[in-house]
Amino acid sequence: MIDSEIIERANAALAEEFELEPARMRPEALFREDLGLDSLDAVDMVVVLEQEFDIKIGKDPAIAGIRSVGDMHAYVLAKKRELEEAS
Amino acid sequence: MRLKRVVVTGLGAVSPFGRGSERMFAALEAGESAVSRLESLEAVRGLGTRLAGVVPDVGVADIPRKIRRSMSPMSAYAYLAALEALEQAGVPDAIVTGGRLGVALGSTLGSPETLEEFFRHYIATGGVEQVKAMTFFRIMSHSAATNVAQALGVSGRLIAPSAACSSGCQAIGLGYEAVACGRQDFMLCGGADEYHPLVSGTFDLMLAASTSYNDRPYDAPRPFDAKRDGVVCSEGAGVLLLESLESAERRGAKVLAEILGFASTCDTSSIAAPAPEPIAACMQAALDDAELPAGAIAYVNAHATGTELGDIAESRAIGALFGNGVPVSSLKGHLGHAMAASGALETIAAIQMLRRGFWLPTRNLEEPDERCSGIFLPTKRVEARGTLVVKNSFALGGVNCSLVLGDRDD
Repeated sequence: MIDSEIIERANAALAEEFELEPARMRPEALFREDLGLDSLDAVDMVVVLEQEFDIKIGKDPAIAGIRSVGDMHAYVLAKKRELEEAS
Repeated sequence: MRLKRVVVTGLGAVSPFGRGSERMFAALEAGESAVSRLESLEAVRGLGTRLAGVVPDVGVADIPRKIRRSMSPMSAYAYLAALEALEQAGVPDAIVTGGRLGVALGSTLGSPETLEEFFRHYIATGGVEQVKAMTFFRIMSHSAATNVAQALGVSGRLIAPSAACSSGCQAIGLGYEAVACGRQDFMLCGGADEYHPLVSGTFDLMLAASTSYNDRPYDAPRPFDAKRDGVVCSEGAGVLLLESLESAERRGAKVLAEILGFASTCDTSSIAAPAPEPIAACMQAALDDAELPAGAIAYVNAHATGTELGDIAESRAIGALFGNGVPVSSLKGHLGHAMAASGALETIAAIQMLRRGFWLPTRNLEEPDERCSGIFLPTKRVEARGTLVVKNSFALGGVNCSLVLGDRDD
């Protein structure tokens, strides 16, 4: 899967989960301030990403650093790369 | 001891007839049935009944996600019903959030569908990974009550009685007591439930669910009828806004009815089958609370679900107390048994009837069971000769509840 596909799928999955217009999933959009999500939504974001990409995130402390859609993209891409390298 | 008179100033309903207390009453008045055949029940092995009364699309998706995310259907129904009751009562937000308004709202269980979802995942994976944050907030026994309070910003007391089919009636009674004792000036009260085969399956295995009318859904359930064969489960939410009479007068709010008495008792003769004497004792205790003689009552809105034993026990209790001159009817022939919501929905309908001056008959009652004789079971609408009403709700577990309602001038 190329990076742009991963980004597209992550955006679509989160837009559906949180009932957001897909157009609002711009990299600079902040989850809390711009998209109105909170810490409870962050829990579900992890679940949605785990299911979408078949990855394990769990209670990874790095999640706390995700503030924007772009941060989320970078995190997922890194995770996917980690998995590819491990296999 | 009652320090304050308690009145009803708002009604809200989400029933299998749809959204709105007036919509529900229009259907009741027209003699409609909310029962249908659920094809999805074909897949439930061992389940004999195919009938249920399910709520149609009532606009749950229009509730903002932030509010809706912790709601299972029962909470969404309760929230929509609460909005309607508050709107009718004309209660401003400052009162809703000010601490003098509380919530008493019960359900049989937390969301059975969400519980099923959780355990399906838990058993399949052996763990809780990938469980979403809101799962437990839908499963908690006070899920409907707290969802209503959180969504509206209610900061007064929050009570969530869980007494199966008596929950709604008991919640109204607890709300009445809170206002009567001056602990709160307003209480949003009622009950809510969502349909799940767990409940009709439970009645079915006790041989108390309707199974002979699967191809004629509109003919079941049949409270008091000789050909009744059990309960048809349904769902929904009923919410009433109670407040002290002095508060209603101060605000210039229209008073719809007065709660005059309440009793909640436990029948320990059986955990499942009701007995007449404890039912009579419960109604008598509610009359005592209202300081009214049985002879003053103009109508009894029965719990009667259409089961063999329950209808007979209630008929005998009513006969013992009220004789055969007082009209008695059950609205479950129209609505099915909305479980925790039933007591509240039927109390709302009883108030609508007392305000209009007539009592509706029991739908599907054609030939009363002889063992339910000795009471007046009208098969047509009856003109009211008074406005004092006794409303009963009984539950598995032996929880009996009776309310006494009236016009404020009674």
